[in-house]
Amino acid sequence: MEILKTLNIVKQFENHKALSEVSINVEEGSVFGLLGPNGAGKTTLIRIINQITAPDKGEVFLFNEKLKPEHIKNIGYLPEERGLYKKMKVGEQALYFAQLKGMNKYDAKKKLKQWFEKFDILSWYDKKVEELSKGMQQKVQFIITVIHEPKLLIFDEPFSGFDPINVDILKKEILTLKEKGASVIFSTHNMASVEEVCDRIALINKSKKILDGKVSDIKNNYKSNMFEVVFEGNFNKFSASLTADYEILESTQKENKSVLKVSILNNMKPNDLLAKMLKFGKIISFNEVIPSMHDIFIEAVNGNN
Amino acid sequence: MNNISLILKREYFTRVKKKSFIIMTIVGPILMAALFIAPVWLAMMDNNEIKTVTIYDRTGKYKDAFQDTETLKFRFTDEQNAEKRKEEFKNSGDAAMLSILDTLSNDFVLYSEKAPDLDIKDKLSSKLNHFLEAQNYKKLGIDKAEIDAAKVSVNIETKTLTEEGEKVSSAELGIAIGFISAFIIYMFIFMYGVQVMKGVIEEKVNRVVEILISSVKPYQLMAGKIIGIAMVALTQFILWAVLTGIIVGFVYFAFGESIMPQGQDLSQIQNMSSAQIENMVGNSQFSEVILGLINFNWFAMIGTFLMFFAGGYLLYASLFAAIGAAVDNETDNQQFMLPVTVPLILAIVAAQGIIKNPDGVLAFWFSIIPFTSPIIMPLRVAVGRYEIWELALSVGLLIATFLATVWLAAKIYKVGILMYGKKVSYKELWKWLKYK
Repeated sequence: MEILKTLNIVKQFENHKALSEVSINVEEGSVFGLLGPNGAGKTTLIRIINQITAPDKGEVFLFNEKLKPEHIKNIGYLPEERGLYKKMKVGEQALYFAQLKGMNKYDAKKKLKQWFEKFDILSWYDKKVEELSKGMQQKVQFIITVIHEPKLLIFDEPFSGFDPINVDILKKEILTLKEKGASVIFSTHNMASVEEVCDRIALINKSKKILDGKVSDIKNNYKSNMFEVVFEGNFNKFSASLTADYEILESTQKENKSVLKVSILNNMKPNDLLAKMLKFGKIISFNEVIPSMHDIFIEAVNGNN
Repeated sequence: MNNISLILKREYFTRVKKKSFIIMTIVGPILMAALFIAPVWLAMMDNNEIKTVTIYDRTGKYKDAFQDTETLKFRFTDEQNAEKRKEEFKNSGDAAMLSILDTLSNDFVLYSEKAPDLDIKDKLSSKLNHFLEAQNYKKLGIDKAEIDAAKVSVNIETKTLTEEGEKVSSAELGIAIGFISAFIIYMFIFMYGVQVMKGVIEEKVNRVVEILISSVKPYQLMAGKIIGIAMVALTQFILWAVLTGIIVGFVYFAFGESIMPQGQDLSQIQNMSSAQIENMVGNSQFSEVILGLINFNWFAMIGTFLMFFAGGYLLYASLFAAIGAAVDNETDNQQFMLPVTVPLILAIVAAQGIIKNPDGVLAFWFSIIPFTSPIIMPLRVAVGRYEIWELALSVGLLIATFLATVWLAAKIYKVGILMYGKKVSYKELWKWLKYK
């Protein structure tokens, strides 16, 4: 089931189009990656979902209902441009934001204590925000985003400013929230983390959606029938025997051992390649090369430009 | 609505708990009370000091003119040599030396070591005047007592004709109350309007604003901030009034009745007639002020004051909020600050001219135009020189304008708070007004 659906969203600013006909579907209980280069329109789309700005055309549905002001309480949003009141105490401030999201003071306090204990930051409760390091502030912001247990969580570049240890903690928390039934929209440039946490993605470039689907499907679609082979034997004789159906893209040789990347063309099967190779030596490994999200991102965006 | 009250509470309590607020709240009344008490106190101080003046009278005719008083003593010298006399004066430590060399040419010279003491000069010339006048009367054969009896001093009592009959009123009192209220409104609009702007800029600079407006609507944020800060202003105002009253009252009781003319309190005075009060204090001017205070139209004044205080604050605070949203930091705001602050400053400057002619053309327009009326209209009401339709028009325009500026500011605010790192021009602001 879909938790969030946008339908042909159009947003025009004075001098440029931020979004043209963008439709995305976020499945309930999944992590949805919203990708795209800087200025593609991701933040505008997120702001529309958060009802910070209104679209010129198109519609947004949450829980199959047209977006309405009360829905704000069901969304937790960690914006890319984020900060806290510097002079306010951490606990007081977190309480304030939780109450703005519609929690009552008692529940908010209880939940807050739990989260602060979980992140081992209970001792900061009465400290002013300006006394905390940037990483510490980010932890507090994360808690503020999730404290009201929203059904939909939106993270815009959540890992910027975190050290690797805290990135790991955060990733784990996001996945835990997903297991508990929350749906997550995740906007980032960090492609490694996309592969780790996202179930589906949409790629936006120059205001248009140019790619979407399951991460595994997209990867399969971007496979180019390329194989990496480690081979022990006579490389020269082998390469001379190859027909136009195969292309060696890269090769390195060390003594008897060769590592090569081969593209298989014209509907030939990997087995055909294997059969040829076996004649000239021993095969140590044979793997299909699956493109990383990083490569797919660059290829898709460049192809679109 | 719940969100606005949450925001309002945060804005209010973070400000009221600030050290600067607490210090201002304590220091303000002390300064104000000092303003009331200092002149009286200084006058008392002055009276206690005894000064001595050296008199050299070559003519020998003025001896009777200089009788010692409580604060001024005289010492006579016969030293003929001018240089030696000056030397002697310097060594004596006296405050001044008067030398009289010739009767006819009125050759009076007052010497002093430091700058001449004007108080001594006045007292001496008054003594000499009286002395010489008395001599003239004698020469002309006139009895001085008769002259004194013939002298009159007219004091014109001012009364206002109202529907309930005639009332004693004080023009000076009206001017004083008008000025004080105009200045209070000016000061509070300025101080707290700028606070609104700073608050908005702080949220932008801290980047806390996007987190906020994913939970609340921008207009709620703006409204909560403006009303919250208005309540801080009101708190400060009330605390100032109460604390100033307490300090003045305390000083009055601690240092006795000498500051006030008589130990009577206002409730007793209220039941007296003008003549009784005049009898009591022996001063018709004072009785006029007291009766003026009692008869002053406090209802109209307080009503007008609150109305224009609130209206003026809302008008300017929303403009300041829009400025805060449009700029990235406090140094960028000059180009927008100027057009907003100019009418305010103009109004307070014009107030001094308007008070002399409270139904003139200048007074009329300044009390009608909504950007100056919050300062000028209460001034005119205080001196009682306005027409009801003028007041109604002024209030109506003020309300209409502040609704318009709040609406306008909310639009600018909504777009502006999410704009970072952009130098904004007036043209840009115009475009923002058209955004959805």
